[in-house]
Amino acid sequence: MSNPTYTAIFYLFAAITVFSAAFVVFSRNVIYSAFSLLFTFFGIAALYVFLSADFIAVTQVVVYVGGILVLLLFGVMFTNNIMDTDLKTDVLHAIPGTFLFLGILAALLFTFYTTNGWMPSDTQLQGSVVERIGFETMSRYVLPFEMASILLLAALIGAAFLARYDNGGTNEH
Amino acid sequence: MEQLTTIGINHYLTISAILFALGLYAVMTRKNAIVVLMGVELILNAANINFLAFSHYNGGMEGVMFSLFVIVLAAAEAAVALAIIINIYKIFKSVDVSSIDSMKE
Amino acid sequence: MDQTLSEFGNVFVFFLLGVVFVAGGYLTARMLRPSRPNPVKTSTYECGEEAVGSAWVKFNIRFYVVALIFIIFDVEVVFLFPWATVFRQLGSFALVEALVFAGILILGLVYAWVKGDLDWVRPTPSVPKMPEMPASKSTSQRD
Repeated sequence: MSNPTYTAIFYLFAAITVFSAAFVVFSRNVIYSAFSLLFTFFGIAALYVFLSADFIAVTQVVVYVGGILVLLLFGVMFTNNIMDTDLKTDVLHAIPGTFLFLGILAALLFTFYTTNGWMPSDTQLQGSVVERIGFETMSRYVLPFEMASILLLAALIGAAFLARYDNGGTNEH
Repeated sequence: MEQLTTIGINHYLTISAILFALGLYAVMTRKNAIVVLMGVELILNAANINFLAFSHYNGGMEGVMFSLFVIVLAAAEAAVALAIIINIYKIFKSVDVSSIDSMKE
Repeated sequence: MDQTLSEFGNVFVFFLLGVVFVAGGYLTARMLRPSRPNPVKTSTYECGEEAVGSAWVKFNIRFYVVALIFIIFDVEVVFLFPWATVFRQLGSFALVEALVFAGILILGLVYAWVKGDLDWVRPTPSVPKMPEMPASKSTSQRD
């Protein structure tokens, strides 16, 4: 019934995702956190493949790893004097944070495992989803599709304006 | 043992719960604004795993489409948030979220 | 339930396993090897020259704006790829929708272009002034 290779690879990627995410959160060094986030994103992309959403997996790699992570690394490099030692970040409210972490985790897992309604449907998602995404984008989701472009336009203009802003006023003349 | 070796929806939900709790911990306890942003990205990814897991085991396309839009929103959000963080650094010379408490320079 | 991946999914998992394999090698080497750094060992080797300063210099903010424009159009490609796979079956409606989508985003590109974000900041030229041609410098400056 269950394919042992499939199961082993699933557990490998699940472990990579969870442990690198934990390293992102608990590491004191911002650069280590950023590079560990790379492995988290790759692991999550692999989980998307297991969920038969291969296009979303490629999107995850292209947008998160190729874009957002690069922006985050730029952010780290802009905002830290790496030669100094203030690359380390302190921890604030560690005790309440730990309680909240364990409480949320326990509540979510309790809900997931005690709900009996997770009956898999007979018609599971199979095969590649790229063409189905194309059809859905052009039929049911055509208005969100256009709204997304307006959102991206607003984000581009706003972020470019903010990043260009210079309180010294020496950049624009 | 059958529970462990046959990958079902509970596996994905467990991973997503762990990622969500870790992201929430980062948002709550980290002082560096960029690590807080990384926590937000972890939370968004946890939500995406849930969407895709339910979509896969339900057979519909709603979760797939929604996760696509979540990724787009995450890109826009990260771009604007990092621009704000860079500006905060220019003004306050720090990205420590616990020390930035004045609205004006 | 059958546990199979899609055809592309197999390739993608294989690719990711390659990444994991290389990273695992580095990680294992890092855990196994002895680590006894000293100042001479950790200094940067640059063709025998003494390295000046650190490699971690602060980046110009222009890199950020270029990366920002990149990520916006990255996302545009993500939307246009599934559109392109079904374009032949959908016809002119899909074409109009995609043109509107791309047109709105091109407005953003035009904005960044007009505002000069795509022009690289050149360091101000420190050429010694020659007394013969005094007027050549002021015309090369764009806003």
